[in-house]
Amino acid sequence: MDLKSLYREIINEHNLHPAHKHDLEGATADHRGVNPSCGDDIRLQLKIKDGVIEDAAFVGSGCAISQASADMMIDLIVGKSTEEAMTLADGFMRMIQGKADDAEIEALEEAAALQSVSKMPARVKCAELGWRTLGKTLAEGAAEGEGHQPHC
Amino acid sequence: MNQALQDIRGDFPILAGSDLIYFDNAATTQKPRQVLDAVVNYYNTQNANPLRGLYGLSVAATEAYEGARETVRAFIGAQSASEIIFTRNATEALNLVAYSYGRTRVKAGDNIVIAVSEHHSNILPWQMVARETGAELRYLECGPEGQYPEEQIDSLIDERTAIVAVAQVSNVLGVSLPVESIIAKAHSAGAVVVIDGAQSTPHAPVDVTALDADFFAFSGHKLLAPMGIGVLYGKETLLEAMPPFLSGGEMIEYVTREDATYAELPHKFEAGTVNAGGAVGLAAAIDYLTDIGLEAVAAHETALTARMMTALKAIPHVSILGSDDPADHHGIVSFNIEGCHPHDVASILDTDGICVRAGHHCAQPLLAHLGIGAACRASVYLYNTEDEVDRFAAALENVRKELGYGS
Ligand SMILES: Cc1ncc(COP(=O)(O)O)c(C=O)c1O
Repeated sequence: MDLKSLYREIINEHNLHPAHKHDLEGATADHRGVNPSCGDDIRLQLKIKDGVIEDAAFVGSGCAISQASADMMIDLIVGKSTEEAMTLADGFMRMIQGKADDAEIEALEEAAALQSVSKMPARVKCAELGWRTLGKTLAEGAAEGEGHQPHC
Repeated sequence: MNQALQDIRGDFPILAGSDLIYFDNAATTQKPRQVLDAVVNYYNTQNANPLRGLYGLSVAATEAYEGARETVRAFIGAQSASEIIFTRNATEALNLVAYSYGRTRVKAGDNIVIAVSEHHSNILPWQMVARETGAELRYLECGPEGQYPEEQIDSLIDERTAIVAVAQVSNVLGVSLPVESIIAKAHSAGAVVVIDGAQSTPHAPVDVTALDADFFAFSGHKLLAPMGIGVLYGKETLLEAMPPFLSGGEMIEYVTREDATYAELPHKFEAGTVNAGGAVGLAAAIDYLTDIGLEAVAAHETALTARMMTALKAIPHVSILGSDDPADHHGIVSFNIEGCHPHDVASILDTDGICVRAGHHCAQPLLAHLGIGAACRASVYLYNTEDEVDRFAAALENVRKELGYGS
């Protein structure tokens, strides 16, 4: 898919009308993710019960790719176990690095459309932000912290 | 269009026969054949390690290298070629001053004055000096259009000011800083002045002697020269008294096991094998620009900038940063589109074959001061055309729609 189509068909909708961009009441885990070079800045909130992500949401601001990617990610991980979510986050990072196999990419459902971003080095960090923050949130459990990616 | 600029596009192999609209000239410029040929010719016919030569070829290399230094001297109006030090780029030139002059001369209780609109390359070295010496780092604060009030210059620079370091032209707003009054005030307070000429030198004639700058830095790659060659000008009396920045080969007079005496200026500050090919390329770039005339270059840029600003102002949701006067932009037009992140704007423009910069432009304190997170920047140079500006404006008009807005 060329970039304009990617925006038109997928990114714009998630960016302008995100389903999961709001505060989450009763969140059990909370993590901030920042791309200092772009000003992308999100706060991911998860409600985890018995090892399952019952609900998730994010707030923040940034470019369309970062916001849409986080929204699609939440579509995918709600209802999944934390292990499954971790595997999906790994798969997404591998896809963006151009290393994922077909099965890993397929498991990402709509977010698989972001595969073409792997060829745009300047935008890779935007696409990764939500997923990287998810990985950090799950790795640290309910602990608060920040996921930074330095640049320039 | 000026006669001298009519047919120059063919001189630039990367642009010739290409539809690409290259509007990222403030980041780096394209290179004309004349510059590339000069570099190739140096390596084909003159290459040896300069300054070491006991044989003819090395003498030829030395002559090419020192000839380039003389071209730079004349270009910026320095008194003596020994005041011209070749560096890798403006960043290295600024660091040279910070390390060799700043760290040794600035004392606790002194202050260093810089401007909030500086490029990170003219901020971080001074943060380092302030931290290490216990000096205070002071910022001149600009208004929304990048203007610096005289009263502030008068009040901020005082008898404890050791160094004032400012750009001649901002890389985000394109606006000129009032360097003449800054230099006058600094000198009356006994401070030395470091001018970052990275964005001014490519666009307007520079005369460091008339300006009375103590140090002046610029990069070759922003004025048609290859990457990896830059210049530090420094007043001879200041450079003489400074310790070397880097040490090693080519910068010594005599070395014993314990000690060394340093070479004369400028070689004291050029440790190791030099970038002779780059210096030759820089000289060729200067010759190319002076043949056309920097006044003609500036007039062309201002005309393109005026056209661009008029077109952008007519597009709803687009706002231009900085002055309303195109002549005060030095070819730089930074802008934002309401509701659209600059990185998304740049990505969409890229699909239309248009290269613009987006982000913080290595000037985060300025963007924070202006209350914006990031911006897009289109910057033109002598080879850009009115047609490119029109195509750019037409593409920009569609960006909001491409990003999902109704209009
Ligand atoms: C105003 C200014 N100063 C310094 C620099 C640093 O130049 P360079 O990266 O060539 O060292 C730049 C260019 O990016 C600039 O625009």
